[in-house]
Amino acid sequence: MGVTAGVRGVGPRVGAGSEWCLPGQSRRGLSLPVLPSRMQRWPVVLFLAWVCFLFFAGIGLFMSGFLLTRIELASSSSCSDPLVPPPWERQSLPPGSCWAPQRFSKAVLVIIDALHFEFARFDPAKASPLPYENKLGVLHQLATSQPRHARLYRFRADPPTATMQRIKGLTTGSLPTFIDVGSNFASYAIQEDNLLAQLVQNGRRVVFMGDDTWEGLFPKKFFRSYFFPSFNVKDLHTVDDGILQHLYPTVDSGEWDVLIAHFLGVDHCGHKHGPDHPEMAKKLTQMNEMLRSLVDHLGNDTLLLVAGDHGMTETGDHGGDSEKEVNAALFVYSRAPLFGSGPPEEPETIPQVNLVPTVALLLGVPIPYSNIGEVMAELFAGDGDAVSAALQQLSVYHINAKQVDRFLQSYSLVAQDLPAEQLQHLQELFSSAVEEHTQLLTQVQGTTVPPELEPRLGSLISRFQHYLREARAVCTQSWARFHPLRMVGGCILIASSCLLCYMASELATSSQSFCRSCLLYPLFWGPVGAALLWLVHVFTQEGLDLLLVSSWAAAASQLGFFWHWWGQHLKRARLTGSQPPLASGGLRQRLRAWLGLAFPMGILFFRCGAMFSDSFVVAEARVAPFLLASLVMLLVGKLHWDGRLTVPEAVPAGLAGDVASREAPLGWSEIWYLLCLVAMFLVCVRLSSFFHQCREEIPQCRPSVFLSPLASLKNTRAKNLFYLLCVALLAGLVYAVQSWLRHYGNLNSSGPLVLFVRWGFPLVVLCIACYWAVASSADDSLGKLQELVQVAVVVFPRAVYGLASVGLLLLLCNPMTVFAKDTRESAGSIVTPYLGVPGSEVDFLHVIPQIYKRMQESQKSRLERGSCRATVAAYGLGSVYSAALVIALTLLGFLLMLLHSERLSFAFLLLFLEAFVLLHIHTCARGLAGDAELFSVPWYAVISWLLAASQFFYSTGHQPIFPAIHWNAAFVGFHLDHSTNLLPAVLVGANTFASHILFAVGCPLLLLWPFVCEMSSSQRKKPKKESREELQEVEEHMMEMRLRESPEQFSTALLRLGLKYLFVLGAQLLACVCAAMILRRHLMVWKVFAPKFLFESLGFVVSSICLLLGISLVMRVDCAVSTWFSQLRLR
Amino acid sequence: MREAEIGRLLAANLLCALSIVLAAVIPAAFLDGFSVLGTHLTWLCVCSVCVATLNIILHLVLKPNQSPKRRSFAHKISRFLKCCIYFFMSCILFHAIIVLYGAPLIESVTETFLFAVLLSTFTTLQCLCLLGPNVQAWIRVFSKNGAMSIWESSLQITSMCSILGAWFGAFPIPLDWDRPWQVWPISCSLGATFGYMAGLIIAPLWIHWNWKQLTYKSR
Repeated sequence: MGVTAGVRGVGPRVGAGSEWCLPGQSRRGLSLPVLPSRMQRWPVVLFLAWVCFLFFAGIGLFMSGFLLTRIELASSSSCSDPLVPPPWERQSLPPGSCWAPQRFSKAVLVIIDALHFEFARFDPAKASPLPYENKLGVLHQLATSQPRHARLYRFRADPPTATMQRIKGLTTGSLPTFIDVGSNFASYAIQEDNLLAQLVQNGRRVVFMGDDTWEGLFPKKFFRSYFFPSFNVKDLHTVDDGILQHLYPTVDSGEWDVLIAHFLGVDHCGHKHGPDHPEMAKKLTQMNEMLRSLVDHLGNDTLLLVAGDHGMTETGDHGGDSEKEVNAALFVYSRAPLFGSGPPEEPETIPQVNLVPTVALLLGVPIPYSNIGEVMAELFAGDGDAVSAALQQLSVYHINAKQVDRFLQSYSLVAQDLPAEQLQHLQELFSSAVEEHTQLLTQVQGTTVPPELEPRLGSLISRFQHYLREARAVCTQSWARFHPLRMVGGCILIASSCLLCYMASELATSSQSFCRSCLLYPLFWGPVGAALLWLVHVFTQEGLDLLLVSSWAAAASQLGFFWHWWGQHLKRARLTGSQPPLASGGLRQRLRAWLGLAFPMGILFFRCGAMFSDSFVVAEARVAPFLLASLVMLLVGKLHWDGRLTVPEAVPAGLAGDVASREAPLGWSEIWYLLCLVAMFLVCVRLSSFFHQCREEIPQCRPSVFLSPLASLKNTRAKNLFYLLCVALLAGLVYAVQSWLRHYGNLNSSGPLVLFVRWGFPLVVLCIACYWAVASSADDSLGKLQELVQVAVVVFPRAVYGLASVGLLLLLCNPMTVFAKDTRESAGSIVTPYLGVPGSEVDFLHVIPQIYKRMQESQKSRLERGSCRATVAAYGLGSVYSAALVIALTLLGFLLMLLHSERLSFAFLLLFLEAFVLLHIHTCARGLAGDAELFSVPWYAVISWLLAASQFFYSTGHQPIFPAIHWNAAFVGFHLDHSTNLLPAVLVGANTFASHILFAVGCPLLLLWPFVCEMSSSQRKKPKKESREELQEVEEHMMEMRLRESPEQFSTALLRLGLKYLFVLGAQLLACVCAAMILRRHLMVWKVFAPKFLFESLGFVVSSICLLLGISLVMRVDCAVSTWFSQLRLR
Repeated sequence: MREAEIGRLLAANLLCALSIVLAAVIPAAFLDGFSVLGTHLTWLCVCSVCVATLNIILHLVLKPNQSPKRRSFAHKISRFLKCCIYFFMSCILFHAIIVLYGAPLIESVTETFLFAVLLSTFTTLQCLCLLGPNVQAWIRVFSKNGAMSIWESSLQITSMCSILGAWFGAFPIPLDWDRPWQVWPISCSLGATFGYMAGLIIAPLWIHWNWKQLTYKSR
């Protein structure tokens, strides 16, 4: 095996300098073991996976405490449901009634947003009322003058006390959570059965006026509607004045059965000024006047309900579950007598959901399917005696209980979040009560009740009541409560994982010892912790939550890590303590290091701080590029400040020993190159802002025209032009990638992967182009070809999926893109095998001296003749790692472009260009800064890489809100039938987190790129130093093989890069989590912070998994390179 | 010597700061409805012109870098023209950078350009006054050990403070406070102005306290 250096490639497609000649390693590496010392592959990947697991556990724990989920049922009640009373009772139902006799033909529901109970209560004894007290005098007046007609209740709202969730609760009778997992995420419309749907279904005319949130929730449900914008919290009057303008004419016209008026002034006043403000007094007085005149306009058959949807805190906020927020008011009034008896001393407290079944049955419509409220029995007492009242109440309770039981049964069929034992218990309660009810009914004939049954009637009613309350309590427990302990626990877990990432990335100097010591202990302690918890649960006989177990395991393993680290730290401190201290120098150095860190970390700090303001979250699409541009500009500024960008006027020529000045690549060309790169980068950043989607919070924003698919374009010429441009872009991307690979000599081999790059890439582009052509063509113009189009729309994307997965598989099987040109003389002749079969290490020990001898000979001859004969020239070996990553990224890029609308391929091109420029800036800045540590990626590079990732999240037309998700990505290559939910979820997820995926997979490039670019920079310098020895030049061409030369450092570098990446990601996540936790009473929590948290945590999961994949790919390439080398040696 | 020079610097800087304050107050007497927020463009013009004239006058009076040689008239003219071109180019450059940072491209071009002019006044004009149209010298001044006199140190500090102020001025723009000063480019230009004024005040103090560390190479 004669391996020497220095043959120039003469292959037909070999670019200049694209080869790497095998050998320096053997020349100096003979002292090393010949089999390259093994790289720590698995420990690195395992360590990173463990850190990811820590984060995942934290996210899961927080999410389980913060996000309350519930599954929406699609079923709805109808008049003919079998749970209505038996026919002989039904005959008495008047026409137009369902389930129970109708008591009122009309109803007016006045919702005063944020009507706290204290606002509605009137205390005449109070001498100096606060601005919000004693303002609604009309309620008090009605309640005292007509005690059987009017009554005030405390109305307990269920958290979350945000208006939208409350409207859902007030109409469905259920406990809406933040995520109601329904059939459709794309709109806010209520999918569940609700009061309005029932009213409309039964032919009632519903008129609405006020808050336009209802428009989104109940599209096309209203007979007539007057919506007013609710978004501007500062505006106290638009909505209220608008309602007042229409309210009385509408009431008088009589063209309605149910009228809903939703006033927002009080809520807005609370947000703007707080409750304790003269404006609030004015607003409440206005409401008082409104109610007074409204009462005069009502007829005898009309029920009036005045309700607050939630309360407010002292600062006027709401959203959480504090006493002040959930304490709202409800006032009921009718001109006909309602109640059998007078009001109790202290107003009764009723849960908000109770309104739904009550109103439904009073108006004679079925109770909505998912209702878990309980009827307000006193409203069903009627005018008769106590016994008939009790009978009536019993019948409504019976209906109510049957409905709730039906709901619980069908809910438990689709979801497991309600505990089984409790459901069982409820079931028992229900069946015993129903049994007694039927028994009782057989003894009751007509309306005459034997007097001995009267106490049984009462007890039966209370049994039904008990059942309904229990049922509601069970549901509340699992749907409507934050778990502060879990939230804090999750937060702490994430924070300590961040700390761990930071410390480990600073500590990990040698992976071998580090991984072994710092990975083994935690991996041991984690299961121990989990097992302990499991034991405890076994003994206490409680159900075991997987999430809790995993977070316990995470916490235990983390403690193990810190404990171990602390022990090591102490040991090291003791060791250094015996040596003379270098405190002062060390301190100053440390201070300088901290200051150096301050600049990228400051940007990260701003980025994290921005998560705490809803305005900044809304404007994040502009914040991320701003910070990114600032980071890069600061980098250049810092380089300049350190004097790295100035050309020293006269380098003293005589100082030959001044190596530093020669090594530092100074020269105007370098500096101009950097400046041009920065300018290009800034232009990319700016251009990418033309692809933004809009949020509803910014009304003047217009979404980018590039987001709509080509098919929606009317102008044929523009359509064709854009289509051609998009295809040209794709072709350009393929060309660029191929020429990059060719430049580094990775396109010469005849392996399957290279063949795929050559021929498969254009084929993929062709398929995508065909798909776009078919998808964007106008539907009607094709006529007969319709069926063909239907097939093509499915076939082309599937072809792309297939081709891309073939490519990725090839990449995994054989990631080598190296073309070896063997010009050796018969290698076998130079070595005499030691024991016949070469291959064992002993064998190599025998062979090596011979190789060495041979090499010495050939080197001598080369020095003599200036060229060599016997070499292995490996083309593209110097960029073999990057080539694999670039190929993977291109394939992923194709897939993701396919999932986006056609014209977003511009954005993807910008993404690739920006990443490319960023890598070059990083390389260039590092060269200029003269960084000694080649194997560590500086923080600014990692942070800018992640900022670019979040910038392109927005620039590929996404926003962290649910309506902005590109749902149609689920149907690229599939018709509207998905058998499982997994595939569409993957497609939509890939579409949403496209930039996260690409940047995370490409993350190892940050480490590799400076090595790849080593060659070009050395070439640029070459003319100046012709005289240098060729040997040294050969060393310069090692490129990525430098990494392979020191496998220990390589794996450490990858580990540190991964940890840094996870730290920055984790810091952003931590900021989101803290913002969601701290601001959970904020007005915008369900609109801004919670979706942001969800997207950020999903993005974290996707990014970290892709990061692991990217690093594993590098490891896989390293494996392949090792086998390649050993094969070469054996040959 | 040292105290006297710092005193001169302090006086000059205070005059500059005063001129900015006056530029915000005085025009209200002459122009109807003038206010910094309401008629922002006018204020931008007035402030730039004020600061520019004062700087040039101060430069002529104090002569911090008097050159020993006497130059010909033609040379002076060409130097002046060069200065004008440099100033204009720096305005264009600032405009481009501001747009690249996310300012609207087509709408409110005037505002953006006037803001760029203001920034140039705070930074480039000072460089021109002190160092002349000599880019090499500018580049030298803005590196770690590049300042060669207290005037140059002051230039470093004020320029960086103005740019930093403009950068921080962009922060309140997305907030939903609905204040008149959140409109582009008011917050940024106010930030730059405050930054500049802060720099004017900080510079002499900083030089005073760090006199020992400052070792100016003799020219």
